[in-house]
Amino acid sequence: MNDAAVFLTQIVDGKMQKVNLCEGCSKEKGVQDPTGFALADLLLGIGAAEEIEKSGSSTRCPVCGFTQADFKKTGRLGCSSCYVAFADGLNSLLKAMHKGTSHVGKLPARAQKTLALSDRMKTLTENLRQAVQEENYETAAALRDEIRQLESQLTESK
Amino acid sequence: MKFQNLMASTGEWLRGEGPHHQIVVSSRVRLARNVRNRAFPGWEHAAKSVGSAIVMNRKQTLSVMINEEDHLRMQSIRSGLQLRQAFKLVDKVDSALEAKLDFAYDAKLGYLTACPTNVGTGMRASAMLHLPGLVLSELINQVIQAVNKIGLAVRGLYGEGTEAMGNLFQISNQTTLGEKEDEIIARLNKVIETIIEKEQDARQVLIQKRPNTLWDQIGRAYGLLTYAHAMTSKEALNLLSVMKLGIDLGAFPEEKRLGIDQLFIETQPAHLQKSTQQKLNAEERDHFRAQIIRERLKSLPKPDISKVAREPEVTGNSEPEKNE
Ligand SMILES: [Zn+2]
Ligand SMILES: [Zn+2]
Repeated sequence: MNDAAVFLTQIVDGKMQKVNLCEGCSKEKGVQDPTGFALADLLLGIGAAEEIEKSGSSTRCPVCGFTQADFKKTGRLGCSSCYVAFADGLNSLLKAMHKGTSHVGKLPARAQKTLALSDRMKTLTENLRQAVQEENYETAAALRDEIRQLESQLTESK
Repeated sequence: MKFQNLMASTGEWLRGEGPHHQIVVSSRVRLARNVRNRAFPGWEHAAKSVGSAIVMNRKQTLSVMINEEDHLRMQSIRSGLQLRQAFKLVDKVDSALEAKLDFAYDAKLGYLTACPTNVGTGMRASAMLHLPGLVLSELINQVIQAVNKIGLAVRGLYGEGTEAMGNLFQISNQTTLGEKEDEIIARLNKVIETIIEKEQDARQVLIQKRPNTLWDQIGRAYGLLTYAHAMTSKEALNLLSVMKLGIDLGAFPEEKRLGIDQLFIETQPAHLQKSTQQKLNAEERDHFRAQIIRERLKSLPKPDISKVAREPEVTGNSEPEKNE
């Protein structure tokens, strides 16, 4: 019997859930931060594993080799490509877990740049289509050059 | 980070006097980030051993954890209710780092994290609230449930059974995807401000309707803390919480506040062990803890109920009419 116990209480969906853990157990279960967020992660993690198992997602991430069984064990993913590999199961899970399904917050500057470039690309492509339609070949040639330049910039920024 | 470790830090955030610091002990915001094209630390660890570390500024208001659950977790902590300011700082650090590091980011899902509960903003904003009034009036569960219904999490630190330890509760956002950072913080701020009002109301009701209960609690806390020779960390936390309430209400002089706040931290097992050279067993620890508390509270005067600030009762016309 370990007397250094951690008692956590959380209300999930209106139901009071109590988790009593000794220090050893809490470490094992990943609840190392009673004031932090591990409990939510722990509880959601259990549901998450089931959700992913039910879905027709692939069973192994081709990039990092992480499996569904690993997720069930840890409640964590192996690498960013796991989000693609287990997308089917994850999508319904994320939908249940969060406010929305798309990120609307901060963009890294790199992503911002890529976003601006791809917006510019859309405009140029549309202009090119119009120029060709209007048989304005001089403009079309100039647009083609610009698009080529932009393409190389886009691959660099990725 | 364990509660002890968190409370063990005597950083500037503790001494600071942020807005609403009587009820809001501290505000924290952390951002989780991972480096693109690298396995998350937990999985990477399994493959090969990778170092982990915590980097902290001198004031202990900013820390960066490396290779814990995510490659990077940046956290800013401030005294009182200052979530916006805490976010601003950590956001600045994030922007500076992203110039050097290519973070795992997806156009649809945002920042990718080891745990799907953090994906999107990767942001967890939280405030630690001291709510003895709501606990004493048995209104706390009602508040917790109401807050939880709107997608925020409230967590208390519990001792054995169901009593709250130190009447301390942490409120935080539960979702990270589909909402902007400043929207999440605005939502939290609004709810926290409501809880502060409810706590203040509860305290006033206690003063006016149940003064005997209140003075009994404060008197007992004073008596035990100043005379006991053995005290567990749980008992110390609970009694110090009542003393903190006593200071808020004016029963003890305001200049004693810092000393009480520091005892919250210094009486925790991890800190206690650090302050002595020998390895202590549980009994010795409880004895040592009581000794520290008695020493510290030597100069603390007895609670003075007459100094308690009561809100004036509203009676029609408060402004005396002037005769010209
Ligand atoms: Zn155990
Ligand atoms: Zn993977």
